[in-house]
Amino acid sequence: MKVELTVNGKDITADVEDRTLLVHFLRDTADLTATNIGCDTTSCGACTVLLDGESIKSCTVLAAQADGRSVTTLEGLASDTGEMHPVQRAFHTEHGLQCGYCTPGMVMAIVSMLKENPSPTEAEVREGLEGNICRCTGYHNIVQAALTAAAAIGAQEAAQ
Amino acid sequence: MSILGTRVIRTEDPRLLTSGGVYVDDLREPELAGAVRATFVRSPVAHALITGIDASAALEQPGVVAVLTVADMTDLPEPPPVEPPADDAPPAEGPVPLGPPWSEPLLAVDRVRFVGEPVALVLTDSTYQGEDAAELVSVDYEQLPAVASIDAALAGESLLYPDAGTNVCTQGLGECTDDSIFAGCEVIVEGDVVNQRVACLPMEGRSTAAAFVNGKLTVWTSTQNAQISRLILTAIGLPPEAIRVVAPDVGGGFGAKIGVDRESIIIAWAAKHVGRPVRWVETRSENLLAMTQGRAQRHHIKIGGSRDGHIKAYRLDVIQDTGAYARMSGFLPMLTNLMAPGVYDIPAVQAGYKVVLTNATPIAAYRGAGRPEAAATIERAVDWFASEAGVDPAVVRKLNFIQPEQFPFVTKTGAPYDTGDYEAALDKVLVAADYEGLREQQQRRRDAGDTRQLGIGLASYVEITAADAGAGETAKVEVHDNGTATVYTGSSAHGQGHHTAFAMIVTAELGIPMDKIEVIHGDTDLIPDGIGTYASRSLQLGGSAVQKAAIEVKDEAARKAADLFEAAESDVELDSETGMWHIKGDPDKSLTWSQVASAADEGLIVANVRFTADRPTFPFGTHLSLVEVDTETGKVTLLRHVTADDAGPVLNPILLDGQRHGGIAQGAAQALCEEILYDVDGNPLTSTLADYAAITAAELPSFELLRSETPTPLNPMGVKGIGEAGTIGATPAVHNAVIDAVSYLGVRHIDMPMTPERVWTAIQQAKVSAQ
Amino acid sequence: MIPPSFTYVRASSVDEALGLAAEHGEDAKYLAGGHSLLPMMKLRLAFPEVLIDLGRITELSYVRDQDDHVTIGAMTRHHDVATSALLTSEVPLLAHTAGEVGDPQIRHRGTIGGSVAHGDAASDLPATLLALDALFVIRGASGTRAVPAAAFFKGIFETAIEPGELLIEIQVPKPAVPSAWSFQKFTKRKIDWAIVGVAVQGSSVALINMGLTPLRASAVEAALASGASIADASALAAEGASPGTDIHASRAYREHLARVLVRRALEEAAARS
Repeated sequence: MKVELTVNGKDITADVEDRTLLVHFLRDTADLTATNIGCDTTSCGACTVLLDGESIKSCTVLAAQADGRSVTTLEGLASDTGEMHPVQRAFHTEHGLQCGYCTPGMVMAIVSMLKENPSPTEAEVREGLEGNICRCTGYHNIVQAALTAAAAIGAQEAAQ
Repeated sequence: MSILGTRVIRTEDPRLLTSGGVYVDDLREPELAGAVRATFVRSPVAHALITGIDASAALEQPGVVAVLTVADMTDLPEPPPVEPPADDAPPAEGPVPLGPPWSEPLLAVDRVRFVGEPVALVLTDSTYQGEDAAELVSVDYEQLPAVASIDAALAGESLLYPDAGTNVCTQGLGECTDDSIFAGCEVIVEGDVVNQRVACLPMEGRSTAAAFVNGKLTVWTSTQNAQISRLILTAIGLPPEAIRVVAPDVGGGFGAKIGVDRESIIIAWAAKHVGRPVRWVETRSENLLAMTQGRAQRHHIKIGGSRDGHIKAYRLDVIQDTGAYARMSGFLPMLTNLMAPGVYDIPAVQAGYKVVLTNATPIAAYRGAGRPEAAATIERAVDWFASEAGVDPAVVRKLNFIQPEQFPFVTKTGAPYDTGDYEAALDKVLVAADYEGLREQQQRRRDAGDTRQLGIGLASYVEITAADAGAGETAKVEVHDNGTATVYTGSSAHGQGHHTAFAMIVTAELGIPMDKIEVIHGDTDLIPDGIGTYASRSLQLGGSAVQKAAIEVKDEAARKAADLFEAAESDVELDSETGMWHIKGDPDKSLTWSQVASAADEGLIVANVRFTADRPTFPFGTHLSLVEVDTETGKVTLLRHVTADDAGPVLNPILLDGQRHGGIAQGAAQALCEEILYDVDGNPLTSTLADYAAITAAELPSFELLRSETPTPLNPMGVKGIGEAGTIGATPAVHNAVIDAVSYLGVRHIDMPMTPERVWTAIQQAKVSAQ
Repeated sequence: MIPPSFTYVRASSVDEALGLAAEHGEDAKYLAGGHSLLPMMKLRLAFPEVLIDLGRITELSYVRDQDDHVTIGAMTRHHDVATSALLTSEVPLLAHTAGEVGDPQIRHRGTIGGSVAHGDAASDLPATLLALDALFVIRGASGTRAVPAAAFFKGIFETAIEPGELLIEIQVPKPAVPSAWSFQKFTKRKIDWAIVGVAVQGSSVALINMGLTPLRASAVEAALASGASIADASALAAEGASPGTDIHASRAYREHLARVLVRRALEEAAARS
C-alpha cells in the first residue's frame, strides 16, 4: 500500500507492505538509521520517535497508522542551522551516552517528556524513563541530562 | 596544567547525538549492496536428536535465496586435530573451548543441546521474507531427557555428550574436603550461595555482515576484538591475510562480544558459499536464547573464625553451569577460585571448582567474568559470619583486611595483588554515608516496629584487571605534516570513550590539541595486530601503548627539531601545553608540529609499539547500599548507593564515573531482579524483555561516587581498570543490604535475585524457625 | 519480530468499521492503539488476515461530562484519560489508573477501549472500571447495547463483545466521594504488569490478576457493608479468587499480597476522603 509521511519536515511517499512497521519505514525506506531496534516486545524504547510531537515506540506502530502524519527522529532534532537541541546538548555535557545504541530513543523520550512536564523532579524523570532501557550508563547521567535540559529549555523560554 | 585528570566531554558524542551511531545494521557500504538477509532456524527443544530437515516449503517462498544446513558445509576445512588430555594432566584452563568430545559445531550436526541452537540458515532478499520462510523450515526432533539444572547434570542420568560418559567437563578440585583448617574456630558458617544465571543484554544484539569478493572476505561485526575475530574466522578456510574484519559502532558488549561466535562464523562462510554479501542482525528473542549468558555458579562455602571477628579459614567450592557448550572451559571458575579470599588476609583458604554441562544457553564472560562471583560470595560470607559472631560487619572487615604495608601481597590462592588500601576506601564510604547515623535510623525503625525497615549493606572488593597483561596492546601514533595526529589502537571501544581518553594522552604528551587528533580502532586492514577490549585492560595496556608511542614520536621529533634549529638534541624541548618546539631558554625561536613533521621522511613522524605489562593489576573499593524493605510484601527499594572505587590515577573523571554508574546498575540488577530461568524440560522462561527483568531508571537512585586513587607500579601512568569494578562491588552491597534489613527478624541468607516473594518467604521462614 | 502478512484497511467512522468487520468476518480484527494486538502479532501469537484501523475515527475520542456520569470514547488514549481535568476532579481513580498503564510512549498510543476489549485480567483499567461499576456501550450490526462491567469480562481475553461488534463508549458513574479512591499496583519493577493490584472507590474493591478476569472482592465488600473493620474485611481479599502461579509469583504469595494491598487501599481511600 501507499504510505505518505512527513519525516523531519520532508514528505516521503512509498509503496510498502501493509505490515511494515514504522521503525522499518524510517530505517529502510526513509534511510534514517539513527532510530534503533533493541527488542521485539515493545519493552526497550530504543525505537522511540515523535509522532505528531508525542513519543511513541515506532516498532509498535504500523507505517500505515502514521500515514499522513508527522514524525520526528533524532536526525531531525537539531535546528536548521545545525544547532543541537537542548536535550542533545545536555546528553553531551552530562555524558549521558556511552555506546549510543539506546540514545536516540532516550533523547526523543525526554524531548516529549519535557514538553509535557517542563520542570520534572528526579523521581518524575526516572518514572518517565520506565520504558527506555540502557545497559551502559546506569541511567545516572541520563537523568542529569534530562534535568539539565529542562533547566536550559526553561531559561531559553524565559529569555524570549 | 596537564589535561590528564580533567573533565573532558567526549569527542565521540556529536556524531552519535545528531546522526546516530552506525552499527552493523546501519552500514551502507558498497560491498554490502544487494546483501541477502540471514534468518536462523533454531531449535525449539532443549535436547534432541535431529532426524530430518525439510526445507522444501521454505524454498518456495518469495525472495528465498537459499536454505543452508550442515549438509551444505562440505567446503569447510577439517578443524585442526586436538589431542585429548592425558588422564593426569591439569584441567584445561584458558578462555578457549575444550576440544573433543566437548566440541561445538557451527550449524547443529545431528543433535541440539539448547533451545535456540542454530540448525539452519535461511537467506532471503528482505528481512520480512526471512521470518516468513524460516517458519516453514520443518525440522524433526527426537527428544532426549533434558538436563535442566546443576543437580541433574551431576546426577548424569542424561548426558549431553554420551561419548564423554559424564556431564562434568573439567574440574580443579582444590582440597575442599579437608576440614582441619576449621579446627578451633569458635564461629563457623556453612551454606550454599547461588550466583544466578543472567543475560548480558547489550542493547545491540549480535550482528554480522560479510562479503566475499575476489578472494577477500570482509566481515563487519559487532565485536570487542576485530583482530581476534579475524583469527577465529580462519576456521572457514581462509588465511588471515585474506580476511578483513571491521568493528563499526558497537552497541555494548559486556564480554559477550569477545571475538565472534558460531553464528558469525556461519554468516562469513555463507557469504563465501553463496557468493553474495550476507547481513545478519539477531532479534532480542534470539539474543536472549542464544547469546552467551553470565554467572550461573553455585557455591558451597564454609567460613570460620573467632568470636571477636577474626576469620581463620574459608572454603569456596564452585560448580559452574556452563550451559550446553564449554566455550571457556574452566576459565571463569578458575578466576573465581583465584579471587576467592577477596580483600582479606585469611590464613587458610581452600578453593575448588567443577564445570558441568546443562541443556541451556552457553555461559561465557559477562562483566567481571568470574570475579563478581568471588566477591559476591566472600562478601556474603563475611556478613553471614559477622552476623553469627555478633560483630558489626564494618568491624569484621577492618579486622581482616590486608593492610597497606603488606603490599605487594600474594593471596593463599596465588593472586599477586599490586597495591591497595582497603581500609581507607571503606572509611571514606562509611563517613560519606554516615554509617553511624544510618545504624541509628535503622534501630529507631526496628524499635518502632515499622513495616518499612532499613538495610545497610557493605561490600569491600578487589578484582583482577588486565589478566592477560603479557599479551599487551598495540598503538601506532602518527603526526602529519599539517600538524594533526592519528592514533591507531588495538583496543576496541564499544562505549568506553577511548577516542577521548587516548586523544587526551596524546595531547598531554605532544601538546597537539584534541580537535586535531583522530583515533582509529577496529579495522584489521589498518590495525592488523591488536588484542581488543575486555578484562578492563584498555587504559592500562592500550592507553599505555598510546603513551609509549607518543613518547617515541616525541623523541623522533626532538631529533628533527634539533636539526631544524641546528642545535643539540639536548637543547631542544617541547612545550606540551602549547605544542610548540623551542630551544631551551629561547622562547622566541619556535617550531610547530607541522614544521617538524614536514621535515621528516614523507612528512610523517610515526611510532608503532606494543606495550606489555608484567602482571595484572588489582583495583579495589567499597560499596555501601542503603535499602528499604517493606516487610509485609518483601518489596525492596534502593535508596542510596555510595562507592569508593579505586583504579589508580583518574585520567578523565567523566569516563571513570560513567563506567562506575553502568557497573553499579548491572550489579544491583543481579541482586535485585534479573535472572534467566528454565523449566524442568530446559524450556527458557525469560526469553523476551517482557519476562527478563532488566533494571530501569525507575528502580535505581542516583549514585554517590567518592574518589580514591592508589597507583600501581605496573605501568607509567599507574592506572588499573575500572570497567568491571562497579558491577563487582554493587551486587554484594545490595545483597547484604536486603538481608541486613530483615536480619533482626532472624533471616540469615536469601539467594539472589531478591524478588519480593523471595524476601517475604525468607521472613516467613524465619518467623517459623523462631517459634 | 515481524508480523505475518495481512491486509490493512482503514475506517473513518463507526459504521464503516462495522461494515468492514461484517465484510471480512473472523479473518479480521480491529486495530485501536495496537499496543496489545501488534506485540502479539510480532511474536506470531496472533495472525489476523485483515486489520481494521480505527485510528482515524475521531468521533470516538472524547471525555464528556454528563452530569451524574462521565462518558469516554473508546478510542481515547491513556494519556488523554490520565490528563483529563474532568476525570482528575470527578473520577480521580480512573485518571490515575490510566497514568499507570505501561510507559509514556505506550500511553500516547494505547486506548481505553482497546485495553478493555483485550480482556486481560492483568491489565490495570479493567479492574478500575469494574470497581467504578462502569457501563460498556457496544455497537453491532443489530444496534447498540450497554453491558455493565460485572457482566463484561467473561474469561481470559474474553469479553461480552461479540464478533464484529465494536466497543464505542465507556460510561463511568461519578463516585459519591471522588477522593475516596486508591490504586495499589504491586510490581517488581515499575514497568511490569501487576503481580497483584487493587482498585478501590469508596467501598468497592476490585482485584487485578487474581483470576481469569478482573474480580470484585465481594467477600471484602460484604464484610465492610456489615460493619467489619478494614483489617478484618481485608483478610477476606483472596476469597473467591483463583490467582495463578508463574515466574513472577506463586499463588500463595498472590493471595497474601491481595490481603495486604486491599487493606492498604481501603486505608488510603479512607484517609483521602
